[in-house]
Amino acid sequence: MLDYINKIKEISERLLKDCSVEMVIGFRQGTLPMMNEPCFARTPEDVGQFVWDSNCGINLANYLTDRKERIGIIAKGCDTRNIATHIIENKISREQLVVIGVPCKGMIDKHKIATLFADEIQNVTENGEKLLVTAGGKETPLKKSDVLQKNCAVCTHRNPVFYDELVAEKVAEQQDVDRYADVREIEAMAPQEKWDYFESLLSPCIRCYACKNACPLCYCPTCFVDEAKPQWVGKGQDPADVRTFHFLRAFHCAGRCTDCGACERACPVGINMRVFTKKLEKDCFEQFGWEAGMSLDERPPLDTYRPDDPNDFIK
Amino acid sequence: MNLMEHMGIESDRIHFSWISSAEATKFVKVVKEVTEKVKALGPQQHFKKNDAKVA
Repeated sequence: MLDYINKIKEISERLLKDCSVEMVIGFRQGTLPMMNEPCFARTPEDVGQFVWDSNCGINLANYLTDRKERIGIIAKGCDTRNIATHIIENKISREQLVVIGVPCKGMIDKHKIATLFADEIQNVTENGEKLLVTAGGKETPLKKSDVLQKNCAVCTHRNPVFYDELVAEKVAEQQDVDRYADVREIEAMAPQEKWDYFESLLSPCIRCYACKNACPLCYCPTCFVDEAKPQWVGKGQDPADVRTFHFLRAFHCAGRCTDCGACERACPVGINMRVFTKKLEKDCFEQFGWEAGMSLDERPPLDTYRPDDPNDFIK
Repeated sequence: MNLMEHMGIESDRIHFSWISSAEATKFVKVVKEVTEKVKALGPQQHFKKNDAKVA
């Protein structure tokens, strides 16, 4: 990891020194373990704060929306796909960006690690595949592959899809992963069973909207949940309103979601709302052969018409 | 539609059709079909909000 960090610092410093960018967006150590936070370096001195480890799950593409200056951005595979989506949707231009690509080996799931320990986690250090978790004064070794974020475990685009600088050699992409096993599991259920599954999934939701705030796709100036005239969806804890929020948010991400896992990571009560977005991601892949953000030139399936678009559902 | 079904709304409740204003017979056929299917399922229990209780 240290070579990653040094390289990130070196590239960022160079870009800021020769004024080719006005700021570099990266990560710095958070105040809590496993919570790295975004860091905006505007001077060469600021880059000293940059870190890189397995807690950089926040999607930094989120901070590019409608920016006017030239920006350097540290980007994992999924981040670059979201940056591509931003460029396609005219939220930023390619010319403004210097993409510093980071080949990624997956981020660790802080919710999962927290459930493994009764005590509060005080520190997590990592050395390659090995993690050392300090909780309640005791150190426990863990294997990184056992505690990967669910979306990282089935990720097939770990390397940046496009970049201007690369901090390390590309990593091998995962082969033979079953990306949609969890979706199929739900698809096999009976309607009532499905309903109950989602009902219990969403029951802890407190409508804090951390998921939509962490999501790089959710950049509307006023979200439909915040509008009052007309009020599209109730603002309380009624299960129908909670469901409507998650359901519509998923639809707004159809054909755009890269399954980066930022929503699930941000959730304070640990809801896996990816089961909504992932179903649409699967449908897009199966019906249109589309994976979001893989190219800057191709229009997404929902704004193009092809004579062979599937339309069997129209009677 | 797939997502509606995915989260537990019975597929027979959701219908899509393309009917021209000149296709009265098709319209009648589709409406009959939809009502039949929905009646067979019975009243919708999910995804509806009960009126707030007023004292």
